[in-house]
Amino acid sequence: MGAQKKRAAAATAAARVSEDPDDLARQPLQAILLADSFTTKFRPITLERPKVLLPLVNVPMINYTLAWLEAAGVAEVFVFCCAHSKQVIDYLENSEWFSQPNFTVKTIESHNIISAGDALRLIYEQNVIHGDFVLISGDTVSNMLLTQALQEHKERKKKDNNAVMTMIIKKSKPSPITHQSRLGTDELFMAIDPNTKQLLYYEDKADHSKGTICLDKMLLAENPSISLHNDKQDCYIDICSPEVLSLFTDNFDYQHLRRHFVKGLLLDDIMGYKIFTHEIHSSYAARIDNYRSYDIVSKDIIQRWTYPYVPDVKFCGNRATKLERRGMYRASEIEQSRSAQVGSFTVIGCGTKIGSNSKISDSVIGEGCTIGSNVLIEGSYLWDNVIIEDGCELRHVIVCDGVIMKAGAVLKPGVVLSFKVVIGERFVVPAYSKVSLLQQPTVHDSDEELEYADNSSGTVEFSSIQGTADQSNGEMTSESSEAHKPKLGTGGVGYIWSICEGGQEEEWRHSVAPIPEDKLAELSEAMDDDQELVTQDRTALSTSGELISDSNASEGDDNEDSKDDSVYFEKEVEATFLRAVEENVKVDHVILEVNSLRLSYNMTSADCAGAVFYSMMKLAVKTPHSSASELQQNTANIITTWQKLLKSYLLEIDEEIEIILKFEEMCLESAKEFSPLFARILHILYDKDILQEDAILRWADEKEGADESDKVFVRQSEKFVQWLREASEEED
Amino acid sequence: MDFQVVVLAGGTSKKLVPLVSKEVPKALLPVANRPVLSYVLEQLELSNIKDLIVVVEGADTALRVGGWISAAYVDRLHVEVATVPEDVGTAGALRAIAHHLTAKDVLVVSGDLVSDVPPGAVTAAHRRHDAVVTAMICSVPVSGLSEAGSSGAKDKTKKPGRYNIIGMDPTKQFLLHIATGAELEKDTRIRKSILRAVGQMDIRADLMDAHMYAFNRSVLQEVLDQKDKFQSLKQDVLPYLVRSQLKSEILINGAPQGQQAKENGNDKVSYRILANASTPSFHELYALGPNGSAPVRRTHKCCVYIASNSKYCVRLNSIQAFMDINRDVIGEANHLSGYNFSAQNNIIHPSAELGSKTTVGPHCMLGEGSQMGDKCSVKRSVIGRHCRIGSNVKVVNSVVMNHVTIGDGCSIQGSVICSNAQLQERVALKDCQVGQGYVVSAGCEYKGESLARKEK
Repeated sequence: MGAQKKRAAAATAAARVSEDPDDLARQPLQAILLADSFTTKFRPITLERPKVLLPLVNVPMINYTLAWLEAAGVAEVFVFCCAHSKQVIDYLENSEWFSQPNFTVKTIESHNIISAGDALRLIYEQNVIHGDFVLISGDTVSNMLLTQALQEHKERKKKDNNAVMTMIIKKSKPSPITHQSRLGTDELFMAIDPNTKQLLYYEDKADHSKGTICLDKMLLAENPSISLHNDKQDCYIDICSPEVLSLFTDNFDYQHLRRHFVKGLLLDDIMGYKIFTHEIHSSYAARIDNYRSYDIVSKDIIQRWTYPYVPDVKFCGNRATKLERRGMYRASEIEQSRSAQVGSFTVIGCGTKIGSNSKISDSVIGEGCTIGSNVLIEGSYLWDNVIIEDGCELRHVIVCDGVIMKAGAVLKPGVVLSFKVVIGERFVVPAYSKVSLLQQPTVHDSDEELEYADNSSGTVEFSSIQGTADQSNGEMTSESSEAHKPKLGTGGVGYIWSICEGGQEEEWRHSVAPIPEDKLAELSEAMDDDQELVTQDRTALSTSGELISDSNASEGDDNEDSKDDSVYFEKEVEATFLRAVEENVKVDHVILEVNSLRLSYNMTSADCAGAVFYSMMKLAVKTPHSSASELQQNTANIITTWQKLLKSYLLEIDEEIEIILKFEEMCLESAKEFSPLFARILHILYDKDILQEDAILRWADEKEGADESDKVFVRQSEKFVQWLREASEEED
Repeated sequence: MDFQVVVLAGGTSKKLVPLVSKEVPKALLPVANRPVLSYVLEQLELSNIKDLIVVVEGADTALRVGGWISAAYVDRLHVEVATVPEDVGTAGALRAIAHHLTAKDVLVVSGDLVSDVPPGAVTAAHRRHDAVVTAMICSVPVSGLSEAGSSGAKDKTKKPGRYNIIGMDPTKQFLLHIATGAELEKDTRIRKSILRAVGQMDIRADLMDAHMYAFNRSVLQEVLDQKDKFQSLKQDVLPYLVRSQLKSEILINGAPQGQQAKENGNDKVSYRILANASTPSFHELYALGPNGSAPVRRTHKCCVYIASNSKYCVRLNSIQAFMDINRDVIGEANHLSGYNFSAQNNIIHPSAELGSKTTVGPHCMLGEGSQMGDKCSVKRSVIGRHCRIGSNVKVVNSVVMNHVTIGDGCSIQGSVICSNAQLQERVALKDCQVGQGYVVSAGCEYKGESLARKEK
């Protein structure tokens, strides 16, 4: 009924908006629901079933999202299916979603899609979105009212055509120790204009090594007042204008909604697209991103924060359960032994049997489970048809459909058992293990950036496995049980996935289990060190500027910066060059590399010429030689071999002069061995057409007025210069 | 009274040349025919603060400032004038007079502040939080001050009207970040650790540090002792205190520093604060005794007091500001001037003489014994004492100090004429400054220039 009311409210709001003449041709509100998160955080479970169909308090996640969309006044939902699309489509077809009045669910299927960006591009091509739409992924639970956010969005859009997106945010302060929110997501730094609510800065995946947030000075110049937030959580519910889709098409490299799209828009000041935020206060919105959020959102549902989407209210596809005291929900047809204790905040599904002396608390038990006697279940999630034999212990674990735990088996906190795994008698599964019937894909995706690529290979690879698994379910299990019997104890079936390298450390972050105490202590200690480091940094930094008053200080800094830069640049070029010599890299490639260095350090071609020449000379000195003439020979050889490289930077006479000056500098400082050979090498350079006579003459002229000490080399090459002068005169 | 007040009257600011000179130090520059220092002193007097230390740079200057104070406030205020060497900076000045400071807290006010914000409000905010430092923050004045001459290139690259970038907590009570000077031109870097602790930080570029601070005396002295390179309160000491305020995960809001202060006494607390600042001189501090080796996590509070927008608060630190303040004090903010305005909204001293058909518009001031010829017009300007102004003279948006002689047919716009200057006939000045005793010869026209005698 609540939903009915909300829908009515949404309808009146819609009516109000449509009175506006601009909006007469307004489309009913549409939504895009991504039924794939394009991540691998729920593996191994998601190898067999798509994430959106995983039960959350005994209801597939997608139902929460769809129910909310319906209540929020959305008329048409496009469900985008990618991984396991068939399962999703089958599920939806058999559900009541296709038969709702005033609410259309359409599916779009694609298999070769690896990111949200690709999905939106495909939807754009299909040309089905005609107006503002809600972008959401199928693992979001919410009960917020969209009306206000939608109206704000529309009004902004009317005033400013560039306001393309409204992001829903909610207050949630990350833990100061673990730097992650209670949902297990990384802490988020945002800068928001307090007046317009425009989003100005967005940093997730925070780089912990960087202790500061860097706000561009232009940002502050344009917005005299900015609020920086570390206490907000992104709900991953976005209200978008149709432009968003075309933006994804224009920027074909946008993959991730936040990392690419949001950051791309914030950084791009040419198009001037703007993103705004809408903060919700009393309603609920959360996305299930990892096991920890699965745990937290389940608890929120049981504690009724998500009303009306709670177990005892029928919203879609769930069976009515009865709410008893202390947050206990019990479905019908439960066989419970008298001596079994079911504690607070527990949901027990239909047809489940619980043996004597078993204790269950803070857990969700699915349908048709059989739990033996003397079993201890705490903070765990058991899905359907799980069989737990006598004397097992489960603490903070997820157990999927059809798992069998033989008597006396123990699951340590954080364990995830995928479908149909069998744990042998008295076997103890170590903490944070993931157990599946399927072998771990060989491709590791420890690197976040590679996630998309891996994911695609993962899905493809999976579908083949899935095929065989479906065909020969029984066979395969027996096969693998034989091969891996010792791993899961006597009678155990399944593989324990090895935790990918580097992940072990971080496993506790996203697990269903609460963070262990010792971890917290360790982290808070580490944080102290961080703190000190940061302050030390800062004090060191400031002392340099303390003495000099502001304007000087800034200039000094700048000079230092550029000086540093050129030194680094020189070093890089030298390293590149040496590598080229060692590995016999083609000249063209070296030129490419040096060019890219030049761009990244913002150097002129004269700098390049200088640096390349410097590295060549350095090489010549380093090549073993016994006499000056040998050194000269070496130099000549190197110059001959690499003259093309050097010449590509000698576009004008200035660069040639730069080379001579550089050479002079070297002879005086870093490679004094060259000083007696200066004139001769100058001659070689002239012979090889690297230096034109103009350059040499200009250099000689420039040096005319210099100090005596500066003129050493001009003297030395006097004869040569003289000869050049005469030659040119003769020509004239 | 457990508050001591230090007024930093400065010396002869280079920014204000040619307005200031050996005879007229910055503190004695007239604002509506009263030395600027008097505005601060009167505000303090209103807050019932009668014991104060006025710090002046240079012995000559000190003599003049001291002379003026003793003449003007002989029976009203108990003022001690302390002399410090020139160019020691604000921090250096406090360091030099450290031995005078004994109270628990010290209120430091810049002598060039023209404001009606009660200093008592700042001290109250300071006491309420038992802060280490409380800074008064005000809105950036409307008319840009930054164009004024000598500060040169630095100001040009800056967007006008940006003096500080200030980060505060959402309740606007605590100072979490402050950037001044050269830092403004770079991208702003906010430390994540403090943001994590606070959750939300409001960053404002439209506020500025008004140069009125309440310090915890012992902390201030410790900082000054330890950091002997700190020259400026604004640029060194305050940012340092803000930067090092958080050494732990304890929320600043709930920091128990106040209780400790009561338990351990001031000195210990300040030692702790410094001991935890991980300064280079940590070893020296460690040697001081067991207090230095106190546990690692301590915080101190840096607070702000934000002057409301209805209050007037401007510092006289540039020529433009000098003009603005003079205009405002006889205009919008005329309650500051302490004069009674006539029905025409101007002040003409009874002893001033006006020729026929001479008009003095609203928001003007004409000092004692000044004479004006016929057909003159004065608009939005201040004219000092005993000036002699000829006929057909126009004075618009300008400040004319005392004993100035202006010949017939002169036109003065947006300019400052210092004492004893002489303008001969038909001089036209626009946006100029005429230094003390300078003579502008007849018929000259200047625009945007600074005219002064060469310093001997």
